Amino acid sequence: MLTFTIRRLVLAIPTLLFISLVIFLLLELAPGDPMAQVPLTVPPEVKERMREALGLGEPIYIRFGNWLWQFFVIEPMHLIDVMFNTSLAEGQQRVISWQTRSPVMDIVAQRMPQTLWVVGLSYVVGVLIALPIGIYSAYKQYSWFDQIGTFISMVGFSVPTFFTGVLLIVVFSVQLGWFPSIYDTTLVVEDWASFKLQIRQMVMPVFVLALYNAAQISRFMRASMLDNLGQDYVRTARAKGLGERVVVLSHVLRNSMIPVVTVIALGVPQVFGGAIITEQVFKVNGLGALLINAIQANDLPMVQTLTFIFAVLIVVFNLIADVLYGVLDPRIRYD
Amino acid sequence: MTETGPGTPEAIAALTDALPSSPPRSQWWDVWAQFRSHKGAMAGAMVFLIILLAVIFGPWLWHIDPGYIDIRARNQGPSLAHPFGTDQLGRDTMARMFAGGRITMAVGVTAMLLALFLGSFIGILAGYFRALDGLLMRLTDLFLALPLLPLMLVMVLLFRDPLSAAFGPEMGIFILMVSAIGITSWMPTARIVRSDVLALKEREFILAARSSGTTNSKMISRHILPNVMSPIMVSATLGIANAIITESALSFLGLGFPPDFPTWGRLLFDATDYLQQYPERVIWPGVAISVTVLTVNYIGDGLRDALDPRIRGR
Amino acid sequence: MTLRRPRPRPIGQIKCLQFMQLRSSMLQSWGIPNGTTAPCRITALLIKATALNFAPLPRTNAKGTRKQKTCRNMERVMKLKSLLLGAIAATAFAPAAMAERGSDGEVKIIYWQAPSIMTPYLSGGTKDLEAASLVLEPLARYNETGAMVPWLVDVVPTVENGGVSEDLTSITWKLKEGLKWSDGTDVTSEDVKFTWEYCTAEGGGCAQSEKFLDVTDVETPDAQTVVVKFGVAKPFPYGPFVGAQSAILQKAQFKDCMGPKMPECTDANFGPIGTGPFVVTDFRPNDVVQLEANPHYRDPAKPAFAKVTLKGGGDATSAGRSVLETGEYDYAWNLQLAPEVLANMEAAGKGKIVSGFGTLVERIMVNMTDPSASLGDERGTAAHPHPFLSDINVRKALSMAIDRALLTEIGYGDAGRATCNVLPAPEIYASTANDACLVQDIAGANKLLEDAGWIKGGDGVRVKDGVRLSMLFQSSTNAVRQDFQALIKQWWSEIGVETELRNIDGSVFFGGDPGSPDTFQKFWADVEMYANNFDGTDPEAYMANWACDQAPRPETQWQGNNMPRFCSEEYEALIAQMAGTGDINKRAELAKAMNDMLMQAYVIIPLVDRGRVSAHSNSLGGVVLNTWDSELWNAADWHRMK
Repeated sequence: MLTFTIRRLVLAIPTLLFISLVIFLLLELAPGDPMAQVPLTVPPEVKERMREALGLGEPIYIRFGNWLWQFFVIEPMHLIDVMFNTSLAEGQQRVISWQTRSPVMDIVAQRMPQTLWVVGLSYVVGVLIALPIGIYSAYKQYSWFDQIGTFISMVGFSVPTFFTGVLLIVVFSVQLGWFPSIYDTTLVVEDWASFKLQIRQMVMPVFVLALYNAAQISRFMRASMLDNLGQDYVRTARAKGLGERVVVLSHVLRNSMIPVVTVIALGVPQVFGGAIITEQVFKVNGLGALLINAIQANDLPMVQTLTFIFAVLIVVFNLIADVLYGVLDPRIRYD
Repeated sequence: MTETGPGTPEAIAALTDALPSSPPRSQWWDVWAQFRSHKGAMAGAMVFLIILLAVIFGPWLWHIDPGYIDIRARNQGPSLAHPFGTDQLGRDTMARMFAGGRITMAVGVTAMLLALFLGSFIGILAGYFRALDGLLMRLTDLFLALPLLPLMLVMVLLFRDPLSAAFGPEMGIFILMVSAIGITSWMPTARIVRSDVLALKEREFILAARSSGTTNSKMISRHILPNVMSPIMVSATLGIANAIITESALSFLGLGFPPDFPTWGRLLFDATDYLQQYPERVIWPGVAISVTVLTVNYIGDGLRDALDPRIRGR
Repeated sequence: MTLRRPRPRPIGQIKCLQFMQLRSSMLQSWGIPNGTTAPCRITALLIKATALNFAPLPRTNAKGTRKQKTCRNMERVMKLKSLLLGAIAATAFAPAAMAERGSDGEVKIIYWQAPSIMTPYLSGGTKDLEAASLVLEPLARYNETGAMVPWLVDVVPTVENGGVSEDLTSITWKLKEGLKWSDGTDVTSEDVKFTWEYCTAEGGGCAQSEKFLDVTDVETPDAQTVVVKFGVAKPFPYGPFVGAQSAILQKAQFKDCMGPKMPECTDANFGPIGTGPFVVTDFRPNDVVQLEANPHYRDPAKPAFAKVTLKGGGDATSAGRSVLETGEYDYAWNLQLAPEVLANMEAAGKGKIVSGFGTLVERIMVNMTDPSASLGDERGTAAHPHPFLSDINVRKALSMAIDRALLTEIGYGDAGRATCNVLPAPEIYASTANDACLVQDIAGANKLLEDAGWIKGGDGVRVKDGVRLSMLFQSSTNAVRQDFQALIKQWWSEIGVETELRNIDGSVFFGGDPGSPDTFQKFWADVEMYANNFDGTDPEAYMANWACDQAPRPETQWQGNNMPRFCSEEYEALIAQMAGTGDINKRAELAKAMNDMLMQAYVIIPLVDRGRVSAHSNSLGGVVLNTWDSELWNAADWHRMK
């Protein structure tokens, strides 16, 4: 197990380097110009000078090398500086966004709280809703509860968020005036009143996302439960005279949770990826909004850094899911 | 493996059934029989078929050109002349729903086929040939991490002109969209197929086939592929739904089909602004997308059960 | 409960991962994780149930923190006070009631494009420029009528008052007495001079360096006086330090940020010290900016608001909704929405729509050169005239077939005016010679083409000498533009012109990447549509866009503003004449003549003069929509209506 993990971790390094190169080349190849959002009244010569100031005049390999150096050496040094008050990265150029001319990682750190609050919480809420629903629908397969659960979960991800989000805003913000339609990212939770405000502004985006997550995970939980309910050991347990409660909740559930847990782990990188559309509809301005904004503005260093962080998370959580699976299920051995 | 032990009356009855009373039926006949018994799946399949027929034959029955602008008749509610009403330029919504449905359905099915082909191919290779496993799985990680939007822009840049020249502008953009959706959604299928193949490889019948000297290509086509059909078929139904949803999400981000190219996703997106004034404009595409995805999912559920030989016997 | 037969689970098999994995990782692989699709309408029911747990908001104040509540209480007290006072002094007292800095609490502004930096010099983007204008100010700026008003000076220098030298090569500005930066230090002429040095420093890529074109030196004879010297005679010497684009920076703050170091000074770029009514307290790029009243602002009674929150993000619809329908915000910028949507929002009664017109014209450019791919390197260059668009009758017919009034009504409503000029404003420059185009004339266009020898073929497309009137019409991706394209395509088909439509993502279309075939400069199509305008009120540079040497071509790396590749000696002569003319009336005549020449050659087909539409809440007073400068130009005068 340990050797497996170590081998995969070592392998992950060249993989990630290669992924970063592919992303870089892809962004390079893509047409588009960081100056496209500059008004047409700014003359072309000025735009050319601005492009040069961004370092666009340099050849590709130098820029890629620069990015690698800045991301893997200077950014960690800067992190150490911040944590231990040292000055390792003093005067060194960090990864700078073209759009805002400020260090990319600072903006990422700034966006993290609202992303985790909204997207992270919706994931947690989604999982908490999904598990009981999935368990009960499997236990009462083809009952009305199961049918309705199936129906809701399928409708749940068949209607795009740009529509449900707007619908919720029209009903609950415009007509009823219960919730704010715009997420206030500057709100600091310090007392009960501000906590209530925070809850109120999170209700709609969290709900939209949580139901979507719940739809998926409950389907999955149901399938896993169904698989286990038919196993021999269940019959054995019943034959032993154990109560239904014990059979279902301790025997079946435990075994069904094995694949569910790994799947939940696989879904974690999404939380950090943010939710582009929901964020835009409710103006949460998390990491998803940051990425899409950067793409639209052709802010290459920002897009490169964000997608790379995302790639790291995907690779790491895929590994975690594999390892978890092996740890939870003693039948599985990685050689 | 069985719930009836040897010697019980049922087992004996099963043994006496060795002479079939009806002619032998193919595996697919059995699948169909099982599928028919799944009510949700059957209802789903019927509705899906109706939608499919409607978008294919609808334009023959409803002659209005979806691009025809009748500016005097704009923003109308449902009427006899325009059963679904008209949009802000006076184009007939029903005609646009048919035209949009064709594209949406075509995108769903084609992108699914592409993703399915890539996913099964890579999944089987990775699962079957140990040497390729690491490489192909890292490739999967790479594709999982690729940002879609820049990828689309690159594809538009590189391939739009040659594709437009070869297939015409509309077909060109269609091919681009489908391949973009296809090549960025095969990874989950590959992962699932791979894990199934890995498990299959340890089974006795594979060992038997190998010891009788079956070649690799025969092994894959005769033994492996039929046994991973079930996850592939389920991926297929989910793939259609996923492609439809993704297409509408891309429309929202402004990177899907161009605005003058109606698809259900775009019709829904365009209508969202008019939610308060003309709610019916949201309802048509919204219902169409939801119903299609819903039916496809029910079909997937039914197929999953039907393709599982252990359930089929019941 | 159904008993199922046991299903052996092969090791490593993750069959039931199917559902979750497929869906989640498909979406995740798209980079559109987690939120692409959303729950259903049933959500509405469920959320209602959840929502019941929370106290419903009072309708009047849909948003607010505890701090705001205290503000509101203050407001209430103020209101009471002013009511009492008002009873005595009647309306005459109203202005005096708000004569206290910061007495009106917070104003919330929403820009659906979020500001990413607080200086106009590192980004030319309108959103950044306007956000910066709350803090940074120029010496003089334009008011809502396009007239120049002194801002950090007492008078605008002119030749008449001796501020501009007779030979038009220098201009002398006198700073107001007692001006202070928001950190309390004095504003001096050194700061003004520094601003010029800052923007023109080598390697900085200053976005506004065009403003300082031809400036050879900035002299500072004393702390209040700034003399700007030009290398050539400048009939219009108001480029440097005028308008939101060239605001004054503080030397002390930016002196170490010159040239290549410009982008490194993040703190300064996000929180510049300025002379404006507000000071940045918190800047979150592309998200939200928080500002507070500048304690050293020159008018002790202003600004009325103690705090400004400038939120960014989302789209125009939701921005409009938050001001007009829910009342959460006070001011929404640039609501480019369908007229009926906007009217419906305004009907909710929470706010008002304001609009104003500037120089932005949505136009169709006609390609005078042959864009056909078979020409290789000479594609789209002056070497090959266009096969049929070089015939003025075709160009004229294309223009005649368009119903501009209808386009305006559908696309822009009150925020647009049909126009026949590429130079529609200011008033003195607007020509009336071309107004015949306002009326659509399909029959006339057909007759014109018929007379010119273009005969309809079997498929309804006109042909002459084997050349078919079949065109590629490109534009940027934008819902209104695609509606326009569809309409225009239909009108053109009625005069026997076949049109293929294409739209290109804005970041590619407006980007100047010479490697891309799709930029609007390259113009590898027959006609293209976009909007353009000019800074300030002087059209000289704008009209010079259609000089021969401005044509994008391989030698210029496909840069340039003369998209139609129009080239005329008479026009060149007019450009030269304007460069040497100082008298405003003569300049107006010249500009009109140039506009008419372009219009009568039909190389540019203007469609709509696009205005700016913004919205403010009913309780926000003092808003004066200005299309010639930043929309937030008079934020110091904004106040809460009592």
